[in-house]
Amino acid sequence: MSEGYYEHSNGNGTTNGTYGEGRSNAASPNGDSLHNSRAISPSGYPVKTEPGLNGNANAGSVQAQQPARKKLASWVGFSNLPNQVHRRSVRRGFQFVAMVVGESGLGKSTLINTLFETKLYQPKNVPAPGEDREIEENGVRLKLTVVDTPGFGDFVNNDESWKPIVDNIEARFDAYLEQENRVNRLKLVDNRVHACIYFIQPTGHSLKPIDIEFMRRLHTKVNLIPVIAKADTMTDDEIVLFKQRILSDIAHHGIRIFQPPQYENEDEETIQENEEIISKVPFAVVGSDTLVNSPDGRQVRGRAYPWGVIEVDNEDHCDFVKLRQMLVRTHMEELREHTNDVLYENYRTDKLKAMGVSQDETVFKETNPAAKQAEERALHEAKLAKMEAEMKMVFQQKVQEKEAKLKQSEEELYLRHREMKDALEKQRQELEDKKRRIESGRPLTPEKGSQKKRFGLGK
Amino acid sequence: MATSMVSSQPEEISAASYVGFDSITRQIEHKLLKRGFQFNVMVVGQTGLGKSTLINTLFASHLIDSKGRIEPDIQPRQTTEIHALSHVIVENGVRLKLNIIDTPGYGDNVNNEGCWDPIVKYIKDQHSAYLRKELTAMRDRHIPDTRIHCCLFFINPTGHTLKPIDIAVLRKLAEVVNVVPVIAKSDSLTLEERAIFKQRVMAELQYNQIRLFPFDADELDEEELQLNDRIKEMLPFAVVGSERSVIIDGKPVRGRKNRWGVINVEDERHCEFIYLRNFLTRTHLQDLIETTAQIHYESFRSKQLLALKESSAKAQQATAVST
Repeated sequence: MSEGYYEHSNGNGTTNGTYGEGRSNAASPNGDSLHNSRAISPSGYPVKTEPGLNGNANAGSVQAQQPARKKLASWVGFSNLPNQVHRRSVRRGFQFVAMVVGESGLGKSTLINTLFETKLYQPKNVPAPGEDREIEENGVRLKLTVVDTPGFGDFVNNDESWKPIVDNIEARFDAYLEQENRVNRLKLVDNRVHACIYFIQPTGHSLKPIDIEFMRRLHTKVNLIPVIAKADTMTDDEIVLFKQRILSDIAHHGIRIFQPPQYENEDEETIQENEEIISKVPFAVVGSDTLVNSPDGRQVRGRAYPWGVIEVDNEDHCDFVKLRQMLVRTHMEELREHTNDVLYENYRTDKLKAMGVSQDETVFKETNPAAKQAEERALHEAKLAKMEAEMKMVFQQKVQEKEAKLKQSEEELYLRHREMKDALEKQRQELEDKKRRIESGRPLTPEKGSQKKRFGLGK
Repeated sequence: MATSMVSSQPEEISAASYVGFDSITRQIEHKLLKRGFQFNVMVVGQTGLGKSTLINTLFASHLIDSKGRIEPDIQPRQTTEIHALSHVIVENGVRLKLNIIDTPGYGDNVNNEGCWDPIVKYIKDQHSAYLRKELTAMRDRHIPDTRIHCCLFFINPTGHTLKPIDIAVLRKLAEVVNVVPVIAKSDSLTLEERAIFKQRVMAELQYNQIRLFPFDADELDEEELQLNDRIKEMLPFAVVGSERSVIIDGKPVRGRKNRWGVINVEDERHCEFIYLRNFLTRTHLQDLIETTAQIHYESFRSKQLLALKESSAKAQQATAVST
């Protein structure tokens, strides 16, 4: 923490956002520009300012490149920001969800009790799922949830034994996604699994097929921390060889286990600590929640055998201390961050894409409601006009057709009329002929037309 | 006089002077020493429980190699590769022909259903080979005995109970072979945990009605019965195996060395390896061989012959019907 700070509010911005993020909306003189500031990383707090805070603001522009580093003329006081974040997060309390996976009898329950120095739950075969405990230390409250997975790998046929675990993790992601999409997001409860401790049986050879299968399915959904259980069965060289083989197995199958991230501007001590931790992965642990007497008379947490006493808290004996350091003391927040920023985001992207939601660009353009209405009206009218034109065309077409048809029938009628006229004319002629013949002299052949049918038209 | 005069128990009389037929034991011994003894032992258990190491420790020589998977790109082994390794150990002029049968890949896969079938089949195959050799008209004077005399079953030292796959396999195995259960890598259990674990294991075995060697028989005398009882109390043996020597009190003994302690494999207070070794080699070796021949082989044989008779009777019936 920075020394020599005092509360000095300058009107220069309050922090917004959760611990670890640092996007501050500075209340600068030009109110509507959004400045991007560097995230407050747990490592260092670089002293720099935004040009806007100094009075020369670029109204309405978003700083895309690195803001210029400037030195302050006098002490401003925003170096107190970490303390404000600290106070707020202490008030809110922390949440951590750890999942333990492994075959039964590998000491999962015992290790959890050893890690958190309390009897969180009794080691038996059926613990309740998702135990919630709140523990407190130095005023900092931690809501710890341990998700146990009883029965994993215990059956004869262990196909799909990871499925309930994967389902559980995804269900937690889904619950968080739903919370994010609510209208009122004030109370966000983070139940996502932040770390998954996987227990490896100390065979001394290499990973078993079920271990590899499980890790392959889960390394994209959760931070995997493999540990070698019951490490007091193995001698030191066996442990070293075993760890090498496990790591080569993991690399061979492309499994990504949790690596504590390295930052460039950390101090020497932290870097060294980190390197030590990384070198011991996977941790060879021994758990014990009982006190025993060590050979030199102390009371220690450990296991007493006829040939010696193994101390859990002794770094020479096992890697428990390193595991606890990584899990609780140094990297708990990293685990939570990684879950939130990487694992959860990947899951969310995949899920939304699968649901067919694509990135909608038009959402971000500025909309003027009047113009939009006029646009819509114009569109509508255009549509109507088009419909009208179409209908007219259809109408004309139909009219033409009808005309053509009528014409045709008219012609036909005329034709018939003429034909009939001709026929009548011919008949009249014949009749006249006959009449003359009859008047001139009687023909010998009686005409069939003796019965003179008078059908003359108009005669 | 149709009644026979043979009473049920012949009277014991002692001769007037020394006849000398008590040297028959020496004659038998001489014969047997020339022939040598044959012992076949099988180890069953998950990978990484220290089976090969324990065998090497038992017979104090490097007999089999550990078959763990060392490189990441090697596939885990299948149980179909059951092979027998033969060695001959000589001690004080006594030749022991040892056959060790390892069962790699048992319980290794994700889906282990039926992984015990190749094992049971192998055991039955040995019985059937022996039977066939016995039944041939011109059979050898001495049939080589490849029947499994003892099966060491390795239990994972979880501290809770047996796993379902263990119970399934034990049930199948106890019907065809002498099973001796052993708690592997018992240096991961403290003494109290070990006692509780043993109780639980034995309770489960009894509940599942799995018969373990040694069996009770009528012709055992008082001493042997006592010995058997003691063995039964100690089952399953909690063992630790080691081929390497460590220095304890200036003497090299076989053991394991850690930063916080040294385990002496041959120390009774550390583990029960000594008891197992005595049981297998010093007291019950002959018993194991005999029980295999008299109980397991006989039951197999009778089943086979009955089945043969039935099938031949059916065949005869069929031919009788057809003709």
